[in-house]
Amino acid sequence: MRVMVIVKATKNSEAGVMPSEKLFTEMGKYNEELVKAGIMLAGDGLKPSSKGKRIKFAGGKRSVVDGPFAETKELVAGFWIWQVRSIEEAVEWARRCPDPMPGEDAELEIRPFYEMEDFGEEFTPELRAQEERIRAEVERQKKA
Amino acid sequence: MRDPALTREAIEATWRIEASRLIGGLVRFVRDVDRAEDLAQEALLAALERWPDAGIPDNPGAWLMATAKNRAIDEARRRVMMDDKHVELQRSAASSATLLEEALDDSVGDDVLRLMLIACHPVLSRDARVALTLRLIAGLSTVEIARAFLTTEATIAQRIVRAKRTLSEARVPFEVPTGDELRARLPAVLEVIYLVFNEGYTATSGESWVRPEVCEEAVRLGRILAGLVPHDAEAHGLLALMELQSSRTRARVGSRGEPLLLFEQDRAKWDRLLITRGLAALERAEALAHPLGPYTLQAAIAGCHARARTPEETDWIRIVALYDALVELTGSPVVELNRAVAVSMAYGPAQGLALVDELAAEPTLRDYHLLPSVRGDLLLKLGRKAEAKAELEKAARMATNTRERELLQARAAGCGSPESGPTN
Repeated sequence: MRVMVIVKATKNSEAGVMPSEKLFTEMGKYNEELVKAGIMLAGDGLKPSSKGKRIKFAGGKRSVVDGPFAETKELVAGFWIWQVRSIEEAVEWARRCPDPMPGEDAELEIRPFYEMEDFGEEFTPELRAQEERIRAEVERQKKA
Repeated sequence: MRDPALTREAIEATWRIEASRLIGGLVRFVRDVDRAEDLAQEALLAALERWPDAGIPDNPGAWLMATAKNRAIDEARRRVMMDDKHVELQRSAASSATLLEEALDDSVGDDVLRLMLIACHPVLSRDARVALTLRLIAGLSTVEIARAFLTTEATIAQRIVRAKRTLSEARVPFEVPTGDELRARLPAVLEVIYLVFNEGYTATSGESWVRPEVCEEAVRLGRILAGLVPHDAEAHGLLALMELQSSRTRARVGSRGEPLLLFEQDRAKWDRLLITRGLAALERAEALAHPLGPYTLQAAIAGCHARARTPEETDWIRIVALYDALVELTGSPVVELNRAVAVSMAYGPAQGLALVDELAAEPTLRDYHLLPSVRGDLLLKLGRKAEAKAELEKAARMATNTRERELLQARAAGCGSPESGPTN
């Protein structure tokens, strides 16, 4: 299974404070471990939300909002994508992560991806597409 | 309050993370795979006893290793004391225990590689290599291995027991070879990993014909190996091949669970992340290889498909060149047949057909249903419908897989009646 591990933002990360050399080294080692274990698919750090933009959808209208965004604890400062056998394995790996925000309360959130089997037999996209085709065909015949 | 079930799952996850390093480290000393695995398992049992109350230690791997190590040292002491009460020997026991302790602490990164080479040792049968690799490196239980290979737990357990006995009887050396010797041993490891991958990718039996979790296990092993031998081109080549093939998993199954061929697949469903990873691994392999090895060549062919946004964009001329090299390397008639298909795509069906006809006399392809199947397709493209129909019917008779047979029968029927003359 695939999971996304989300590193939540903090005051410092939102302020664009760069990690210390010590943290860089520790994170580098940790990332190396993840690669060696064959679970790391991708990962990166994100700039503060002041560099970001939001596109809002409301009542069929789109509007663009510039960062920064207020709710710091809900913002994302970085992520990994891991391939693990179970969410417990992801938890065990996440527990080994060096403290990502020394001096501040930090949080990692693990979110599994939807997988093929989650859709089940009757909900494969192919089948849905097929159903739609059949429905369209029935509609067409009704009109004819 | 702790949830014991949750802790158990956490402990199992820890086992999966630590098993190969733990067993690999222990093998270096006790010089016996069976004993090393026992010691590691005993440490796991101790964890299952203690962790639910005490909590998972901050460094669970070190805890497991220390526990196993203490047992190994106790055992070494006891054994020497029982063998001989001599003071001299007691002293040597104490020193060997110290040596053991020192050596166990010395974190040699080769432990996992050592374990892989032992598990894939040429004295073992292919089945045994696969089972032992999944058990020792991937940390799978016998139940899980049995599920992956759709066989019984007893079969796998017996296979593993026999494999360990064979290893100890053959007195397989535990040193990690270097240079040419290491290079000579790696193909066996690559083969085992690709066998596991294919078991999941084109499941020969079972309800579904793709089992992604088995593929994932193999790709993970491939990533571990590529990390252990970063200068080996073929390790990256195999990894590239598996990542690229995995990128198509979602697109390979149709609405009724039927296999979809490359050209029928919705390319929007290909996994871009895995394609990127696959192409990056391919680049590393190509930079290291001279000349390209069989896995790298296959990965390069898969890379041509991965790069094409539509079937029409496929670089068939490059694919033909890659198949040329692969034919030269393997001499395999099956590869030659694939090359003929590529030639037909690059230079037209008549050229492809000429090559297929040359292969018709090949004894190893006599029962291979894809030969008449390919021939039928090419004849159809040339408008020789009657001959095409006959070939596709022949292919249908030869096919052993029900779904494939039905597909061939349908295609034969689509050629029209045998009497109808060639049209365009």
